Amino acid sequence: MLGTAIILFREVLEAALIIGIIAAATRGVRNRGYWIAGGIALGIGGSCIVAAFASGISGLAEGMGQELFNASILGIAVIMLGWHNIWMARHGRELAAQASAVGKSVGSGRESVAVLLTVIGLAVLREGSEVVLFLYGLIAQGDTSTGAMLLGGALGIVAGMAVGIALYFGLLRIPLRWFFQATSLLILLLAAGMAGQAARLLTQADVLPTLVDPLWDASAILPGDSALGTVLRALAGYDPQPTGMHMLFYAVTFTIVLIGMRLAAPKR
Amino acid sequence: MRTPRFVRSILAATVFAIAALLASLTAPQALADEDIKIVIENHKFEPSEIRVSANQKIRIVIDNRDATPEEFESASLRAEKVIPGKSKGLVIVGPLKPGKYSFIGEFNAKTAQGVLIAE
Repeated sequence: MLGTAIILFREVLEAALIIGIIAAATRGVRNRGYWIAGGIALGIGGSCIVAAFASGISGLAEGMGQELFNASILGIAVIMLGWHNIWMARHGRELAAQASAVGKSVGSGRESVAVLLTVIGLAVLREGSEVVLFLYGLIAQGDTSTGAMLLGGALGIVAGMAVGIALYFGLLRIPLRWFFQATSLLILLLAAGMAGQAARLLTQADVLPTLVDPLWDASAILPGDSALGTVLRALAGYDPQPTGMHMLFYAVTFTIVLIGMRLAAPKR
Repeated sequence: MRTPRFVRSILAATVFAIAALLASLTAPQALADEDIKIVIENHKFEPSEIRVSANQKIRIVIDNRDATPEEFESASLRAEKVIPGKSKGLVIVGPLKPGKYSFIGEFNAKTAQGVLIAE
C-alpha cells in the first residue's frame, strides 16, 4: 500500500506544485478559481483520452511517439510560461497596485490567466495519463490487495495535493511588494526545468545527442529520490546527473525568458 | 525599444557559449546498434539479467504480455516508458560505460526487477 501511495504522491506532486504556483501568480484575477478547476478538469479528461490511446501514441515515430508527445506538451508549456512572465514584466506593476486595493480585482489579468490555465491543464495531462494507466492496471488486476493499493493511491493523491495547497498559502504570505516578482521567479525556474525535461525526453527518443553524459553527478550531495530532490525536480526539473543537452536547454530557456522579461519591463 | 548594451553582450555570450559547447562536447556516435528483447509476463521481466556490449547504442524492445500496463524505468539508463497491456514498447539506451544498470517496472516494483550488465 505504501508503494502505491509513494508512486501516486510523486506523480500528483509535480502537477500540484505547478498548480499552487500558478494559483498564487494569478492572485487578484476575478473568478480564477473556476478557471483553475476547469484547467484541472480538462487535464483529467485529456489524461483519460491519452491513456486510452497510449499504445497508438507509443507506436508513432518509430516507437518514440510517447517521448515526442510529452516533449511537445512540455514545449508548449515552456512557451506559455515564458509568455506569462514577459507579459507580467510589462504589466506587473499595475496588477500589484490593483490587487492590493480591497475589493478590486484585475480584469486585464485575464489574458494571462487563459494562458496559465492551459499550462495547468497540460501539467495535469502529463502526470495524469500515467496515473490513469496505473490505476487502470490496479483495478484490472482485481486481486486481494487491490483495495489496500487503491487506498494507498488515494492517500498519495491527497498528500500531493496537500503539498501544492501548502505551497500556495505559503506564497501568499510573501509581502505584496515582492509577491509577483517571487511568482515570476518560480515560473522562470519552472519553464527552464520543463525545457530540461523536454531535452531529456528528446535524448531518450534518440532525436538529440546527449553531448556529455553525465555532465556532473550531484547524487552524493542531493539524491534525486530524496524529499528535497523530488520537490526540486517538480519545481525546476532537478536531475542529479544531467546530460549536457539537458543543461543546455535549461540555460538557454532561462536566459531567453529572463532577457525577454528585462526587455518588456517598462522604462522608469 | 533600444536594447541595452548589457543585454546585447549577454546574448552574444550565450550564443558563443552554445557554439563552444556544441563544438567541444559532441560525443562520437556509436558504430552499431544492438537489439535486445525483454518480455513482461506476470509482472516479471524475462530475462531479468541481460548482458550487452558497452559503448554501443542498445535498442530494447519490451513486450508486455500482461493485460495491464507497466512502466519500464531505470534512472541509471535514463529510460522511462509506459507500455500499455498487450503491446510492445521501444527504449533506446547507451552508449553505456561498462557496469551494472538496474531497471524496474514501476507499477509492479516488487516483482518486476532486472539488471542490465554492459561489458
